[in-house]
Amino acid sequence: MNKKGFVEHLKTYAVTYLFIAISVFFIIVSNLDTTYVASQLLLRLNRNAFIVLALIIPIIAGMGINFAITIGAMAAQIGLLLTISWGIKGILGILLAGLITLPLALVFGFLIGRLLNMMKGQETIGSLILGYFANGAYQLLFLFIFGSLIPLSDRVRIVGATGVQNTLNLTGDVGLYKAIDGIWQIPFLTFIRVIGGALLLVSILLFAMKKMKLKSFLTCLVFSGILIGLFLIPKVAGIFDGSRSRVIRVPVVTWVLIGILCLFNTLIMRTKLGQKFRAVGQSQEVANAAGIDVNRTRIIAIMISTVLAGWGQIIFMQSDGIGTFQTYAAHEQVGLYAGAAILVGGASIDRATNLQALVGTFLFHSLFITAQSAASNLFGDSAVGEYFRAFLSYGVIALALVIYAWRGKAALKHGGVDLSERKAKQAA
Amino acid sequence: MEDFILEMNHITKQYGSNTVLKDVSLKIRPGEIHALLGENGAGKSTLMNILFGMPVIHSTGGFKGEVSLKGAPVKIESPMDAMEKGIGMVHQEFMLIPGFTITDNIKLNREITKPWPVSRLLGKDLELLDGEAMAKDARKALDDVGMNIDEYAPVAGLPIGHMQFIEIAREIDKQGMQLLVFDEPTAVLTESEAQQLLKVMKQIAARGIAIIFITHRLEEVMDAADNITILRDGQLVKTLKSSDTSTDELAALMIGRGDESVIQVDKREGEVSEKIAMTIRDLWVNMPGEVCRGVDLDVREGEILGIGGLAGQGKIGIPNGIMGLYEAVGDVELYGEKIPLNSPKKSLSAGMAMVSEDRRGVGLLLDHSIEDNIVFSAMQIHKDFLTKLHQKDTKRIRSYAQEMKEELDIRCTSTAQSAGTLSGGNQQKVCVARALALNPRFLFVAEPTRGIDIGAKQLVLETLVKLNRERNMTIVMVSSELQELRSVCDRIAIIAEGKVAEILKPDSSDTEFGLAMSGFKGVRKKESEEVGTDE
Repeated sequence: MNKKGFVEHLKTYAVTYLFIAISVFFIIVSNLDTTYVASQLLLRLNRNAFIVLALIIPIIAGMGINFAITIGAMAAQIGLLLTISWGIKGILGILLAGLITLPLALVFGFLIGRLLNMMKGQETIGSLILGYFANGAYQLLFLFIFGSLIPLSDRVRIVGATGVQNTLNLTGDVGLYKAIDGIWQIPFLTFIRVIGGALLLVSILLFAMKKMKLKSFLTCLVFSGILIGLFLIPKVAGIFDGSRSRVIRVPVVTWVLIGILCLFNTLIMRTKLGQKFRAVGQSQEVANAAGIDVNRTRIIAIMISTVLAGWGQIIFMQSDGIGTFQTYAAHEQVGLYAGAAILVGGASIDRATNLQALVGTFLFHSLFITAQSAASNLFGDSAVGEYFRAFLSYGVIALALVIYAWRGKAALKHGGVDLSERKAKQAA
Repeated sequence: MEDFILEMNHITKQYGSNTVLKDVSLKIRPGEIHALLGENGAGKSTLMNILFGMPVIHSTGGFKGEVSLKGAPVKIESPMDAMEKGIGMVHQEFMLIPGFTITDNIKLNREITKPWPVSRLLGKDLELLDGEAMAKDARKALDDVGMNIDEYAPVAGLPIGHMQFIEIAREIDKQGMQLLVFDEPTAVLTESEAQQLLKVMKQIAARGIAIIFITHRLEEVMDAADNITILRDGQLVKTLKSSDTSTDELAALMIGRGDESVIQVDKREGEVSEKIAMTIRDLWVNMPGEVCRGVDLDVREGEILGIGGLAGQGKIGIPNGIMGLYEAVGDVELYGEKIPLNSPKKSLSAGMAMVSEDRRGVGLLLDHSIEDNIVFSAMQIHKDFLTKLHQKDTKRIRSYAQEMKEELDIRCTSTAQSAGTLSGGNQQKVCVARALALNPRFLFVAEPTRGIDIGAKQLVLETLVKLNRERNMTIVMVSSELQELRSVCDRIAIIAEGKVAEILKPDSSDTEFGLAMSGFKGVRKKESEEVGTDE
């Protein structure tokens, strides 16, 4: 990488490196057990990654951070509520909830897309406000319409009144807690070695069949080597499989779902539809001139994102906490946290990749885990950590918006001329 | 019978009561390069909009006349429809996506795809792109336009000249392309690139594709075109063979209004002084669409200097740059005093004022009263019309506005009514009054008669002349209406390609004006050295 490229790289990923530095600092200062941090991180990564990945397509389609994924989450919560009410358990219940989410999220996504098309250039803020607005409609739905117009069982209703209970239980009889996570869990070390081994095998196979270039083959080799080698070091392996604490296990099915979504995001960009997303994202004017239906393409992007976010919320809910469903609050921070996470990973209002989404989720949550302890060790007050978390989420989003506006301003207007060199010459 | 690929017969188009095309016909044979010449507003774009079935035509009541392709009458419903019928356009403004590779751009929305199980289930939109086949097509198209550039290179960062050729490659890659419209294709190219482009055009034509070549560069027309059609004021002036004509004749035909002056004003008595009021040296202005590229100009004290030229050549950029409204670099001196550029406040404080071409955008606060509009700048710049406590001095404002109303004959029921309710001509007078409230020693007036009716035009121009004669105010008037400049100005500077091409007298011949507007005289050579660095 030459010097200019390096500076560009630093500029693009300044936030990411800043977060890496803060994370490392916090992990050290927090004085938390490494096994605890590692297990929490993995848990939060597999819980949140799906939702964050749902943000990618709208970003590429030029619609900014789709904070309206909150509405997708609401659709999922309607699905879960009905599933609980009907008493359908386990993976079957999850599938049903996902099935109910699909048409709801498609309709919501269509409406969101229609609205965002009317406010081009302000999609990020528009979707944020839309999320807040929808929250009101959601409250109305859950407080008055469910239980009166739409019949619910006593399991979820406030007995003796209309409306849904404030907190629903997913554990025990309901049987939805860890319904996906719990299907198949294997130790982390086994998981990582299988992945490393598989990567090694596939890359050798592809290279032998001459379907892979030497450069990417070597990259794969090095990467799988690190995966396998790093966790052979006793000290590293000890974190995940130590004698002093329990073995960290990973939910295979959830990870497979995340993997499928990554693959989906990659594959769709190789289709004609993906090409349309990219074209519309880069220049609506040129796309339109080439005969692409810009508005329709944008609506499709938002519909896909809304559905994926809904499914992501189901994955989140079945895994979260101790198995309680905060009926009126579970969706509230979905957009904010996911948006902040993908930005931390180095994405911007108009660029995002799978890797950025995953890295961002990882970094963002490593702060979440350690902020409280770090703050109480540093300032003697764990509440500071809480403020810090809120400050970071909003701060990183504000920063991304500012950088985007600033870059747009710096770009040369169509039909203009760059005078910066002449100006410098005259000043000299 | 001759076979024409395109016939446009007796085309008439009206926007409301305004006739922009009157009985215009255009016939083109396969393999012919047909130049379309005309000033701004001559009707070139409207004719092309009709050819491409642009929505603006259909939404304004369509047109009269007949369009035939290969002898069969057709109705072109939309730009997409035009494309399917084999009509393509090489845009003046690049329709390329910077982040895409050259291949992706050439094949945009015409991608070659392969079906796979998912697409069979969910539709054609999900078919996978066939990168190799696309690159192969792109390669072929690039070879056809003589570009040996890597088809996988991203468009961002390529020289402007290359982008033009990629546009052309995209058009000729389209299946069944029969007719290509080149809209000012050489405007952004260097001399050698322009030569290359003309060569490519001839090659394309040799393959039997007809070309409509819109340009203002007469020497290119003479070089490349087989036939030439000249439009003026929406009417067909003449269609002639390039072998039967000369650049001088073309220039004269383009302007060709002789002495028919629309507006009469008093001629100046005596001579303008030789004293220089303003010197402009190497002025560059980044006004999108009206870029100045090194303007050198002297303005004499007490004269009315006209600035003319075709749209997009940079004439509007001059006042906007000097007044600090757009980013500018260069040396501007007013009575020997250097004007700091890029600061509207300093420009105004130096004693200059401007009546903007963008009357409703920059010129007026439409929701505010006429009187507020008149005194607004003076209040901001000179702290005029304020009481001791820096409140609006309503009495003084009203009486001044009243004075202006009478002097400039602003037709309104009261100066307290909002500026937005006035007619275009009266709004323009308010803009002039606003500039006068600053008590300027130097006045810029940009497009003063744009969009106002003929009677109001006369009044506005008379006002300017009166100001010049009575107050001895130096006025620089920028206008697209050459006839107007010729009737009012002492000298007329013609701007072509961001530079002063020529300074002419009002009674110079049409040929001289025409040639200057097409940047014919000595301007092109100098420009080609610099054009490489400025985009």
